[in-house]
Amino acid sequence: MPTLTKSISGWGRYPAHTCELSRPERYADLKADQPSIIARGQGRSYGDASLNEHGHVLLTERINRMLELDIKQGIIKAEAGVTLAEILSVCVKHGWFLPVTPGTRFASLGGCVAADVHGKNHHHDGSFGKHVLGMEMLLADGRRIQCSASENSELFWATVGGMGLTGIIGTVTLKLIPIATSQIQVQHRAAGNLQALFELLNDPDLDDHYSVAWIDCMAKGHKLGRGVAMFGHHASVDEYRAALPLTHHVKSVRNLPFDFPGWLLNPLSINLFNQAYFWNEGRKTDAFLTSYESYFYPLDAIGQWNRMYGKRGFLQYQCVLPETQALSGMTRLLQAISASRNASFLAVLKRLGESSLGMLSFPMPGFTLALDLPLHDQQALFTLLDRLDQITLEHGGRVYLAKDAHLSAENFRLMYPRYADWLKIKQQFDPANVFNSSLARRLHIGEQP
Amino acid sequence: MTRNVLILGATSAIARGVAMAFASLGDNLYLASRDLDELQRIASDLRVRYDISVHTGLFDANKPETHTAFFQQVVGTMGNLDGIALAFGLMGDQISAREFDVAEKIIMSNYTGAVSILGLSANYLEARKAGFIIGITSVAGDRGRQSNYVYGSAKGALSLYLQGLRNRLYPVNVRVLTIKPGFVDTAMTFGLPGMFLVASPATIGKKIVESLNKSADVIYLPFFWRYIMLIIKHIPEFIFKRLKL
Ligand SMILES: Cc1cc2nc3c(=O)[nH]c(=O)nc-3n(C[C@H](O)[C@H](O)[C@H](O)COP(=O)(O)OP(=O)(O)OC[C@H]3O[C@@H](n4cnc5c(N)ncnc54)[C@H](O)[C@@H]3O)c2cc1C
Ligand SMILES: NC(=O)c1ccc[n+]([C@@H]2O[C@H](COP(=O)([O-])OP(=O)(O)OC[C@H]3O[C@@H](n4cnc5c(N)ncnc54)[C@H](OP(=O)(O)O)[C@@H]3O)[C@@H](O)[C@H]2O)c1
Repeated sequence: MPTLTKSISGWGRYPAHTCELSRPERYADLKADQPSIIARGQGRSYGDASLNEHGHVLLTERINRMLELDIKQGIIKAEAGVTLAEILSVCVKHGWFLPVTPGTRFASLGGCVAADVHGKNHHHDGSFGKHVLGMEMLLADGRRIQCSASENSELFWATVGGMGLTGIIGTVTLKLIPIATSQIQVQHRAAGNLQALFELLNDPDLDDHYSVAWIDCMAKGHKLGRGVAMFGHHASVDEYRAALPLTHHVKSVRNLPFDFPGWLLNPLSINLFNQAYFWNEGRKTDAFLTSYESYFYPLDAIGQWNRMYGKRGFLQYQCVLPETQALSGMTRLLQAISASRNASFLAVLKRLGESSLGMLSFPMPGFTLALDLPLHDQQALFTLLDRLDQITLEHGGRVYLAKDAHLSAENFRLMYPRYADWLKIKQQFDPANVFNSSLARRLHIGEQP
Repeated sequence: MTRNVLILGATSAIARGVAMAFASLGDNLYLASRDLDELQRIASDLRVRYDISVHTGLFDANKPETHTAFFQQVVGTMGNLDGIALAFGLMGDQISAREFDVAEKIIMSNYTGAVSILGLSANYLEARKAGFIIGITSVAGDRGRQSNYVYGSAKGALSLYLQGLRNRLYPVNVRVLTIKPGFVDTAMTFGLPGMFLVASPATIGKKIVESLNKSADVIYLPFFWRYIMLIIKHIPEFIFKRLKL
């Protein structure tokens, strides 16, 4: 198969690594015929998970056929390269929706399994892998093998959240959830500080199918952690009596035409934005309807919004802290961030529920915080990240590999206690460590316990 | 009105773009190439996305002796045919094409095989006095260059053949379109050096199907290749022969 050697990066545009790419067009060509290889879907992970410096990267974007859609049972079987957007384009009109969705619909199905992504309903429905009925994998020794929670289940749970390091995910069968309309009924509540925000997210009377909170990272002192909690559910027909409840709206995506100059996002401009956002969104305490696109995928409306952070790119920090430690830990994280000069534009707080059976899956019961950190001054930023990792560890939490570009191999082991179990399965199915990535080498995943 | 369309070389990325565009209009399709497994995956996808009827079948351009039976089978399965889109082709490697057996395969896969199956298609549509033939050739057929003249000559021959066919079928109301893509982002071009202004196969496929509603007979895609080729064709031979193209 023809190859192309090129420097590529993840969504954060940091780091950029030179990799040898190939792009199969046929399912039969989706195989591991290189000594060091990693699959890459849509490159929507932020750091180095889908890179393989000086190794091979297998692009799955053309292996994107939807093979079966059962509109009675709500089951779809598709090749791993298909995007969530494409799945939505066929299932919403039949009254079905993704059981779990990340904040972008441009992720691939394979990428969602490999990162075991979570959505705004994690506290009720768990992460992506739980809704996968089965998949076909292509292994290092050339075998094609079916796996699910009941068949080859160890391989299945090593692959769900396994960041592509156990094999290539070829096809995925996914259970969908029924919806009556394509609209989301939403309600916002503002909170003046972090504790109040936690209380909103924990309030059973306010809780809904989906919940998420936005945090103003610039607020300090007694306002630290102030934010807006957003609750939502798929609107019923009664809630949405308009003419065409199951239309599938796609707004055209406008690309950011150029890299913003690095200075554009500075503490002052971000502060102004956050102030305005807090007042505007915090006022929406009456329930309102919005399209599923604008509720789940607000950032998708601006194609390549990652260019907003300029050429040097940015890192995303996402960690989860267990329930009992969350408030004190998040307070310390936010203090560390607001004390540093690394202004964050977007910070999101979510409640997470039960852990997944995925051995390297990220979620655990508690709260997760995610924020973008522009890469202006690398040294200052890495010092901050070390500090954040330390706080996360001290509170029994972990960092999300799909977002990460900085964690150390040592801290990874402390954060992911089931790594040793995972490694046994990895060595069983990929003894020569063929499936390898820049992330895996940084964290020494696959090599040593 | 729903049309029945046969797509030859349907596993190619451009052909998939063409199939998507027809399917989005509700047309029914017959997909053919040498890779049945892959055709069936593409067919399933078209059914899921567009809820149309799709058939698949084996077709090898290099086995003209099988073409009559193949064509009859397609017509039998579909009931009738409104159009044929020919997308198969083989770029091959110009260096190894210095050997005749390699060159012959390139010529068969781009030209001789096309003459065989398009001949059958033309006779069929001529009798029905309606329909269309879409032939995908290439800008490479507009002028011979050292880097791909075996492929280019076969595509150039196909362009001439389509021109003649158009002339023959004009009185019986059968459209013949000659599509000349520039660089398209497919398996044929992935990783090749010297690519520029590369178009997506989905966009090209859509434009090809839209061309049926327009009057032009020879279509460069994207459009600016018409002007690029105009310039290239007008470079005097005494200069052109010195260029490293
Ligand atoms: C705006 C935005 C919002 C996001 N919101 C969320 C969120 O709310 N929740 C959340 O959990 N994540 C979120 N993410 C992260 C994103 O969902 C994950 O990183 C996801 O993995 C991206 O899918 P991808 O196809 O782009 O994968 P890539 O980035 O291409 O790859 C990610 C990992 O998956 C592996 N992989 C991809 N395809 C295959 C395959 N076929 N076989 C084996 N391994 C494979 C790769 O090797 C890599 O390790 C968000 C990302 C963005 C950009
Ligand atoms: N990509 C470009 O930049 C470009 C530019 C100009 C013109 N074109 C032309 O556009 C068409 C499609 O190109 P592409 O880039 O999509 O190419 P591609 O991916 O290489 O596809 C070529 C297709 O031709 C089929 N084929 C080859 N030999 C065949 C044979 N003997 N019998 C039947 N089918 C055969 C193959 O199908 P099976 O293997 O399944 O049989 C394959 O799907 C080709 O005619 C090409 O010459 C392409």
